Amino acid sequence: MTTPVPRKLRVATTSLAGCFGCHMSFLDIDEHLFELVELIEFDRSPLTDIKDVGPCDIGLIEGGVCNSENVHVLREFRRNCKTLIALGACAVTGGLPAQRNHLSLSECLREVYQFRPGVENGQIPNDPELPLPLDKVRPIHEVVRVDYFIPGCPPSGPAIWKFLTDLIAGRTPRLTGGLLHYD
Amino acid sequence: MKQFLLDGQPIPFEDGQTILEAARAAGHYIPSLCWHKDLPPHGSCKLCVVKSAGRHVSACATPAKDGAEVESNTPEMNGERRGILQMLFVEGNHFCPSCEMSGNCELQALGYEYEMLTPRFRHFFPDRPVDASHPDVLLDFNRCIFCELCVRASRDIDGKSVFALTGRGIDKHLVVNAESGRLADTDFTKDDRAANICPVGVILPKRTGFAVPIGERSFDGTQISTETLKEES
Ligand code: SF4
Ligand code: SF4
Ligand code: FES
Repeated sequence: MTTPVPRKLRVATTSLAGCFGCHMSFLDIDEHLFELVELIEFDRSPLTDIKDVGPCDIGLIEGGVCNSENVHVLREFRRNCKTLIALGACAVTGGLPAQRNHLSLSECLREVYQFRPGVENGQIPNDPELPLPLDKVRPIHEVVRVDYFIPGCPPSGPAIWKFLTDLIAGRTPRLTGGLLHYD
Repeated sequence: MKQFLLDGQPIPFEDGQTILEAARAAGHYIPSLCWHKDLPPHGSCKLCVVKSAGRHVSACATPAKDGAEVESNTPEMNGERRGILQMLFVEGNHFCPSCEMSGNCELQALGYEYEMLTPRFRHFFPDRPVDASHPDVLLDFNRCIFCELCVRASRDIDGKSVFALTGRGIDKHLVVNAESGRLADTDFTKDDRAANICPVGVILPKRTGFAVPIGERSFDGTQISTETLKEES
């Protein structure tokens, strides 16, 4: 009789209002990636180009929520992922995009598309294909329930690796020994 | 000698010492933000909260009492401290990745000490314009935690009263004591005690921001509890 191969965990990742820095940092776990692919397989992710998220064990969300599409994707992830993780400063706090929150949205859009030096007859884009921006950028826990948070801009490769290996091994993930950073 | 029990350990003290002073002198860390050894206790941040005879008290403002049993480094107290830190974070705008104080900031370092992974609450995102009027010092009010260390240092040590707190609740904010409200229109200088006492990144000397790179700062390689006890011994 052959021992059954344990099922690989299914992991989905996405970047909402983020810069992909957290995904880059994820790739920074370097040769650990080989160990990781023994344990997991990817669902929707910029790494696979799968467009819709299916049932998953772990969802990693980079970036905060700045428009209607982000809300939609985030809710899809929450519906499909048993464990949802906020990855990086923007997902955890709103981060850089949230620095516009003390300005009114129309002020911001006008400044960029109409009054910026060099712009003539500028118009605020209103193509129906474009997702509508929200009046304030929100960290993801203000929109859906979030199970775990990995702060950092971006979190380091070793921090992401420690967190994921703890989680996959069934331990409570902890960032200690200098792995916890907000910057 | 008089003593009290801190988490079951005997702590000797002299009359007039607070719980916090006696604990730290004996090598036990109790966190603080609004407390400073050169100023009278203020009792506003509540990071130093401990339980004495079952009641919550501020260790920085409560005199040590012979035979008292004090709880401090317990999951319950540390959980409450984490909650206070989370409230401080959402009340202001703390974008650490672009803050010059990052790595030297006591609020951030306490977040690491108590393993705060999320701000948990809903962010206030208050609107607090900066004051860059002064030639040597920038004021970024977004990060003010209202500890009043600058207020007290300016008034009681510098004899200038450059700062004050005004407003209540969500509208509470730090103001500069000048008709224009601008720091440039006061006699504040970068060598004032008040210019060098802010535990977070509000009162920042200009042109030195990243002289010490991120990664080599006070709390980058070590916990604030270790640093604090080292300084006090
Ligand atoms: S003051 Fe401290 S907590 Fe606030 S943004 Fe700066 S480093 Fe972060
Ligand atoms: S500016 Fe700094 S020292 Fe002054 S009240 Fe705010 S946080 Fe405290
Ligand atoms: S340090 Fe005691 S209340 Fe702030």
